[in-house]
Amino acid sequence: MGIMDQFFQQLINGISLGSIYALIALGYTMVYGIMKLINFAHGDIYMVGGYVGFFCITIMHLPVLPALVISMVLTGLLGILIERIAYRPLRSAPRLSVLITAIGVSFFLEYTMMYFVTPQPRTFPHILSDVAYHIGPFVVNNQQIMIFAITIILMALLTYIVQFTKTGKAMRAVSFDTEAAQLMGINANRIISFTFGIGSALAAAAGVLVGIYYNSIDPLMGIMPGLKAFVAAVLGGIGILPGAAAGGIILGIVEALVSGFISSTFRDAAAFAILILVLLFKPTGLLGKNTNEKV
Amino acid sequence: METMLKVDDINVYYGAIHAIKGISLEVNKGEIVTLIGANGAGKSTTLRTISGLLKPKTGTITFEDEVISGTAAHKIVEVGVSQVPEGRRVFSNMTVMENLEMGAYIRNDKSQIKLDLDKVFHHFPRLAERKKQEAGTLSGGEQQMLAMGRALMSAPRLLLLDEPSMGLAPLLIKEIFEIIKDINKEGTTVLLVEQNANMALSIANRAYVLETGQISLSGDAKELAASEEVRKAYLGG
Repeated sequence: MGIMDQFFQQLINGISLGSIYALIALGYTMVYGIMKLINFAHGDIYMVGGYVGFFCITIMHLPVLPALVISMVLTGLLGILIERIAYRPLRSAPRLSVLITAIGVSFFLEYTMMYFVTPQPRTFPHILSDVAYHIGPFVVNNQQIMIFAITIILMALLTYIVQFTKTGKAMRAVSFDTEAAQLMGINANRIISFTFGIGSALAAAAGVLVGIYYNSIDPLMGIMPGLKAFVAAVLGGIGILPGAAAGGIILGIVEALVSGFISSTFRDAAAFAILILVLLFKPTGLLGKNTNEKV
Repeated sequence: METMLKVDDINVYYGAIHAIKGISLEVNKGEIVTLIGANGAGKSTTLRTISGLLKPKTGTITFEDEVISGTAAHKIVEVGVSQVPEGRRVFSNMTVMENLEMGAYIRNDKSQIKLDLDKVFHHFPRLAERKKQEAGTLSGGEQQMLAMGRALMSAPRLLLLDEPSMGLAPLLIKEIFEIIKDINKEGTTVLLVEQNANMALSIANRAYVLETGQISLSGDAKELAASEEVRKAYLGG
């Protein structure tokens, strides 16, 4: 395999990994956009999504797609519940209180899950037989194609909701100016709930896909991808949806290239180096612009 | 005359700061009433309290015989009170059309919404030209027009206007005030907060003068405009 071939192979691996990051990062960025909250529990919501998918497949013997949908719905509801119980009472509290609460929710989810499902990693059943497609010198397997396809479909769906539905427009209005949105008769609390639901559902999808791709889930699996997705969201410009998608994919590709060409021990370092570079040189992110206010 | 809005002895606090100290005022159906006063007198706070963004500690606000103090802001729009906030606060990241759609958020009567949209475009033809443009790219005057059009899209019976003249050129202010008069003639009652007392008194029926959280004077707008006290304090003469 020549160096170019290897490059493209890692590119393919990077895109599937990046799709996962992108799905998590979208929820991160949506919640930030609407509440200015870095929801550090978001990675754990992704973990719960993975477990719900796992139980759907192993206990209820469901195929991949129904398991994915059920996991998205239940985890979405969990997200709404978390917002209602943990964050809503703090709506007018200082931002630091909410941030600390988010870290508390994160621990709560991790260790509650550990209590119920044990800290032992579970092996995801092999539900998709491995089919590898050889395109020239490259190998793409069916799981990578599935991850990428589902990510694209979910992103298209999200774009449609945010751009064209009344609720989606209200989401944009609330995230731009909550008070002005209320003056339009928009129930901001309801829109925030909805946003949490959607973001959590996307994270759940990522959790199920990761389970299928890497065959293994455990209660602490959300910590690293959660942080990475945060990096992806900042890289794209936090609060900006296309930014989160692009940031996720770029981060996945960079990690795959670093693993492939340097050493896989450096992949996490690469991700956080990106965070440092973004914060140093373009804190608003790739797609972020400095806002000018007209008076 | 039928009383539409009745503010009865409200006290509003920002934390420990007593911003509104027992204000009472009334707006009758069909009127233009203006609330004038210096910066920090409590004009915007009064409007924000009527809209439900702030809650009065004591006192009540009644709209068409329904007590609305204590009602959530988004529900007050449904009752028929709509506000054009200070500084316009249009959704800059959304198009002109989307902003107007947000104005009609509480409504589902598509055909009636379309009629009101035409009305807004009739008042503000420039908005029709810029339908697809992002609101953030509009000029200050156009943003004011959009903020007013957006508020009208909820088909309010009472329109609250907070400093519509802020930062606009004199010619544009005239235009905006003409439109306020037109909107009023078409049946919308108006409560107008202004620092530009001259302009406000020239179109209003009645006026209240606010001074450090209290009403110091009230009465017929023309009489107030002629009174020595108001001329000295607010009209530069």
